[in-house]
Amino acid sequence: MSISRYSRARVRPSGSRREVFYWYLMRITGLMLFVLALAHFSILHFIWDPAEQTAEFVINERWNRLFWRGFDWLLLMMVLFHGFIGMRTVVLDYIRPPRWRTLLLWLLYGLAVVLFVIGTQVIVTLPLSGAE
Amino acid sequence: MTRVPTLLRYRGREGMLAWAFHRISGIGIFAFVVLHVVDIYLVGGNPELYDEVLDFYASVPGRLLEVVLGAALLYHALNGLRIIIIDLWPRMTVYHRALWWGSWVIFILLGVPGALIILRPVWLPLLQGLGLG
Repeated sequence: MSISRYSRARVRPSGSRREVFYWYLMRITGLMLFVLALAHFSILHFIWDPAEQTAEFVINERWNRLFWRGFDWLLLMMVLFHGFIGMRTVVLDYIRPPRWRTLLLWLLYGLAVVLFVIGTQVIVTLPLSGAE
Repeated sequence: MTRVPTLLRYRGREGMLAWAFHRISGIGIFAFVVLHVVDIYLVGGNPELYDEVLDFYASVPGRLLEVVLGAALLYHALNGLRIIIIDLWPRMTVYHRALWWGSWVIFILLGVPGALIILRPVWLPLLQGLGLG
């Protein structure tokens, strides 16, 4: 494994099963996001323009099909796992004092739960006005 | 051993730059995602405020920030793919510099037209002002 250490972002951990799980999770969610996030950004910047996007647009145009709500919800799930496990790595790399580490990780996971709840809530509860 | 910030302690050259940019772009995208989930929540919770936020996204400073966001996203996506390729086929490590420069070629080819589309309201009036549009 010595040659690969040079350019891998992070060598696949061995030992802790949790770390191995996170290592795979980052790569699987990363691949999904390569498609989902780039498609989402392209649709909302190249097909539509931010100047056309109002709350009414989201209700009547963007989210009037279950498919696009499902698409954006899947994107949200992938972003939450990828973004928060990624930020966990950042915290573990830079924050050494155990108490600060624990505190920051709890704040981070708390924020993830809040984003999961409000993101899911708006996708599920917004009326499907022009549903097809 | 004296304590040096991790960012400055790494191995240097392309591999280090790739890693540093990946981390910086990742943290930036994370910050935007937090903002973006909150703003989309406003569609249900406070539509007037959502429209105001979107007015900012459509303004010139907003569009410049979107170009930065798009660049961070595209870099992070391409470099992430490079990492996965090397993870799956460790022999590709030999070509990791070529992969790194290749990812920049794709970055420019996709990123420049993308930035021009997002910044249309900035440069189009300029062209028209010069009588070229």
